[in-house]
Amino acid sequence: MTYPSREQWLERLRNNRVWKSIFRRGPARTNRTRSLAIFGNVFLHILPVKVREKSLRVRATYYLGPFAFFLFVVLTVTGILLMLYYHPAAPQAYYDMKDLRFVVSNGVLLRNLHRLAAQAMVVVVFWHMYHVFYRGGYRPPRQFNWVVGVGLLLLTLFLSYTGYLLPWDQLAFWAITVGTNIIGYVPFIGHRVRFLLLGGNIIGGNALLRFYVLHCVILPLLAAWLIVVHFWRIRKDGGLSTGENEKREERESIETTQVEQEAVTVGVNDERKE
Amino acid sequence: MSEKSNYEAGFGSDAVKDPQRIVFITKKTSAQVKGVKPRQLMSYPHLVLREVIVFEIFTVALVIVALFWDAPLKQLADPLLTPNPAKAPWYFLGLQELLHYLPPVVAGVLIPTLVIVALVVIPYFDVNIKGEPLWASNRQRRLMVFLGVVAALLFVFGIHEAFDVVIPTIIFASLSVAAYFAPPRGGRLIRYLSGRPLSWWVMSWFIAVSLTLTLVGTFLRGPGWSLVWPGR
Ligand code: HEM
Repeated sequence: MTYPSREQWLERLRNNRVWKSIFRRGPARTNRTRSLAIFGNVFLHILPVKVREKSLRVRATYYLGPFAFFLFVVLTVTGILLMLYYHPAAPQAYYDMKDLRFVVSNGVLLRNLHRLAAQAMVVVVFWHMYHVFYRGGYRPPRQFNWVVGVGLLLLTLFLSYTGYLLPWDQLAFWAITVGTNIIGYVPFIGHRVRFLLLGGNIIGGNALLRFYVLHCVILPLLAAWLIVVHFWRIRKDGGLSTGENEKREERESIETTQVEQEAVTVGVNDERKE
Repeated sequence: MSEKSNYEAGFGSDAVKDPQRIVFITKKTSAQVKGVKPRQLMSYPHLVLREVIVFEIFTVALVIVALFWDAPLKQLADPLLTPNPAKAPWYFLGLQELLHYLPPVVAGVLIPTLVIVALVVIPYFDVNIKGEPLWASNRQRRLMVFLGVVAALLFVFGIHEAFDVVIPTIIFASLSVAAYFAPPRGGRLIRYLSGRPLSWWVMSWFIAVSLTLTLVGTFLRGPGWSLVWPGR
């Protein structure tokens, strides 16, 4: 009896009825099925079907944007796992940190990963922004995506900052004290904002609970939402910009598509007949 | 567009039975797009595969570092025991450093707000879009304004003895002035610098100042926010 080769085995898998019911297309060997692989999938659908060869070069992005996204995913996964062991109450939060170190299996690694990814995300997001800036990636038609990016930068900083309080140790407590004192200096509304954020005038159990909700629910949801908009806009803005040297040519072609191209064709459902 | 309609439109409302095309054609029908089309590849597999590989490398790297580096944990929070100095997380230490020099409303509220506003408006200013080299035209007037702004900055931060703002500012201003006076056939660095637009100078200066502030705040500040050598 001969065993099927790897290709044959894959082929059989792909022709399986269950597989077909999930992916609804054959092997991605033609450009048509490769396109289907992207826009037939709700998650990959946010990517463009085609990309410029140039934007795939490492130097075009250094994969900083994808790295930031990857860190966000890692932070979500490790963060949810950490939530299984964490009580947002003082001083129990601190003892939970101790438990993570001494009791929970791999608790140290879990906490290290979350903390490390959080620090890395701040660095990577700044770096990504500077890289986009020096490549001129903010130029029309990408202005708005740059603004979305600034929103993401602020969210990243707030996420990191609200997380900083959660271990409830001396480092956390005094770092947040220093920071929230600054809010008090905002003219007119400073004290009220500070009170709202801390749930009181001092940093105590209420502040911990509020920072916890911000850190684990509100800010991640906002960030996920903006990330989706960010990615969608990359696609809608015609993929990544091609960088400084081609910028003139690029801009010209974009302007002509927007201004001179006045013939618009809208097909209503003409795919049916295929 | 008002006189004679130069387009035709049709509309079928039963999408299944009666597929229709609505066509708008203006007088100038040439929907021509200039410029060469760069080579394109299919996202699947070219982009997807690359991203998967990169994600795998990142995962391995992150886990390796997390095995050897430990997240800090000090004693239980104690409102009565103020550490000296009390430091913000590292990414805010640049701000805390400014707070040491300037009044809180300026360092803690005004400057951060200005930075955020400046970041948001970058793509909406034509100077940043055109990216003309700073010293390419209008040279003398620009030099005057440039020196005026630099002098004002140096004055404000100088009287507050903010050395970690003043030093990078002096370095950047000197580089820019050097690019101004550079002979047209100077070395590579000079040629590079004299081709830089205003936005490049402002952003690079901003990055240099914030890096310096953050590094000084992180490593060189001890009790009472006094200067100390790292590791002491
Ligand atoms: C959570 C934070 C962020 C994530 C996950 C993220 C993700 C990405 C990804 C995956 C890309 C495409 C690949 C690349 O260019 O590296 C991208 C492009 C871009 N990002 Fe971000 N980004 C973030 C923050 C920012 C920030 C802070 C800015 C700027 C203020 C920004 C502005 C842009 C722009 C303008 C592009 C298009 C660049 C071009 O077309 O050349 N992003 N981002």
